Amino acid sequence: MSPPLLQVNDLKKHFPVKKGLFSRKSEWVYAVDGVSFEIARGETLSLVGESGCGKSTVGRAILRLFDITSGQVILDGQRIDDAHPSTMRQMRRRVQVVFQDPFSSLNPRMRVRDILAEPIRNFGLAKSAIDLETRVTALMDTVRLPREALNRRPHEFSGGQRQRIGIARALAAEPELIVCDEAVSALDVSVKAQIVNLLQDLQREFGLALLFISHDLAIVEHMTHRVAVMYLGKIVEVAPRYEIFAAPKHPYTKALLSAVPLPEPGAQRNPIILKGDVPSPINPPSGCRFHTRCPLVFDRCRTEEPTLRAAGPEQWVACHLEEGAAVASG
Amino acid sequence: MALLEVENLQTHFRTPSGINRAVEGVSFHVNEGETLAIVGESGCGKSVTSMSLMRLIPEPPGRIAGSIRFAGKDLLQMSDREMRAIRGNDISMIFQEPMTSLNPVLTVGRQIRETLMIHQGLDKQAAEAHAIEMLILVGIPEPKRRVREYPHQLSGGMRQRVMIAIALACNPKLLIADEPTTALDVTIQAQILKLMLDLKHRVGAAIILITHDLGVVAEIAERVMVMYAGRKVEEAPVAELFRSPRHPYTQGLLGAVPRLGSSLTGTARRLAEIPGQVPDLRKPIVGCVFAGRCALATDLCRQYAPGLEEKGPRHVAACHYAAKGAVAA
Repeated sequence: MSPPLLQVNDLKKHFPVKKGLFSRKSEWVYAVDGVSFEIARGETLSLVGESGCGKSTVGRAILRLFDITSGQVILDGQRIDDAHPSTMRQMRRRVQVVFQDPFSSLNPRMRVRDILAEPIRNFGLAKSAIDLETRVTALMDTVRLPREALNRRPHEFSGGQRQRIGIARALAAEPELIVCDEAVSALDVSVKAQIVNLLQDLQREFGLALLFISHDLAIVEHMTHRVAVMYLGKIVEVAPRYEIFAAPKHPYTKALLSAVPLPEPGAQRNPIILKGDVPSPINPPSGCRFHTRCPLVFDRCRTEEPTLRAAGPEQWVACHLEEGAAVASG
Repeated sequence: MALLEVENLQTHFRTPSGINRAVEGVSFHVNEGETLAIVGESGCGKSVTSMSLMRLIPEPPGRIAGSIRFAGKDLLQMSDREMRAIRGNDISMIFQEPMTSLNPVLTVGRQIRETLMIHQGLDKQAAEAHAIEMLILVGIPEPKRRVREYPHQLSGGMRQRVMIAIALACNPKLLIADEPTTALDVTIQAQILKLMLDLKHRVGAAIILITHDLGVVAEIAERVMVMYAGRKVEEAPVAELFRSPRHPYTQGLLGAVPRLGSSLTGTARRLAEIPGQVPDLRKPIVGCVFAGRCALATDLCRQYAPGLEEKGPRHVAACHYAAKGAVAA
């Protein structure tokens, strides 16, 4: 069996924060604190969680937009977290990104033609000027934008069209994995549906793997093969789509799913309303990080941190209760 | 009698490239204690409508026409002084961004006290005591400590609770909530929605909820008005609207949203797309505003704008082809 396309092992990223203007002492934000997962070729893995859970930091670490604190990021069997800049350059072609804000992620001074041509030139993908032109026009067809639009600049487009340009730019490098960091969150409902459909079509057409970072659980369910739920820098549950949405095991996953308001008036729901707010990642709680808000908390949770354990064939959960359940039933 | 009656509201803005008709002839009413949701996408005029109700539109470049009758009196005919006595007292508002709508240099307590001292004539001690009661009402722990804190010391969810406390301090008859949970995380959104539902029963204020989130609408609204390109295109009781939407735009909106749990029941399907984009409101629109994106549009739609017609009990839609009593294809 071939290795997974992407493998992330015990990834940690801690950011220093200055405490006071003159203080030398600095504190650390434990943005991502020991995260491991894999993505297969052509697969969509969604990272879900609330603001500050570290899901975007994971995406950026994979893109190597900064150096990580510890752990490994392995693309197609080759480590990229410590790769030399010259090797890294070739690896970057294979992992591309689509950002949330289609307004700030495109250079306003560049024409669409140049935005799309830049990655093709950078990675030396075009054999000739004619080949470059063919590729650029083909990209416009792929994302369903008119070819005449190539000579226009980003401000002439609506939010949804700009997001199409962003997707075309990511595709220009012929990647194997695209990190979609809240790529549809800023869009209006009807435009969001267009972009979601486009991403699904492209995935099928090019066999792309997607790391889909989102807080919108309904969109995630619609798009994804597997889901990893993050809370305060840790993965609390990973499972295939069906298991996550049919039988979530971690109390946080359950609360998250039950909190989503359904577009069905009078629907019978009993949301699990969590108390309080997400604690600060500067001083994360001891033991299980969710224990301060967990409705099922008991003594052990406050002192001992649960590890991810198999709760089903492909389902992994970090909760002491699950461990008890596994022992009882097994 | 309706608490609020809006008739033929028109809010236009003068811009260098022509007059932007942000709201064009919208009429609706809100009964006492009722929750009306105004739904639509960016630029449909839902926020401009709410700002017009509070007369918070700068004039010029804005211009508001029509009539807004609140408890029998036309707000558009009032002097600025009379209007100030209404704002924050009889009608109050919650905004989307709790970070930017609180004053960062004043304590939370002072900001709640302000409305009470101005509108209710309370002295400082009485206002302070009432501020603490309000914080208890909206579920803020340790209210005596929190009144002395500044907005930056509170989390996003807590700030939104403070906003709600300020809005409800004077027992308003009408509360306008403009995307009150959009900036919040889903578990915090659940807390705030529950709080709004609880308070609705306890305080009894009518609510105008402005949102693009159909899940939030289903959760707390009783009646829904759908806006598109500055116009009202459909209005119905909430269950009726979700069960049998009549306007093609409403149908499109409902079809474009994936349902949680759809992968389990096997009802997952490709999302419905509404092709094209919202028309430019600075140019005159001939015919139906939605004709350019509508699959059912004919020459009739492109030439004549449809009026709002009754399609069922308390159900109106502006479409030539939305059939009475039957769900259009």
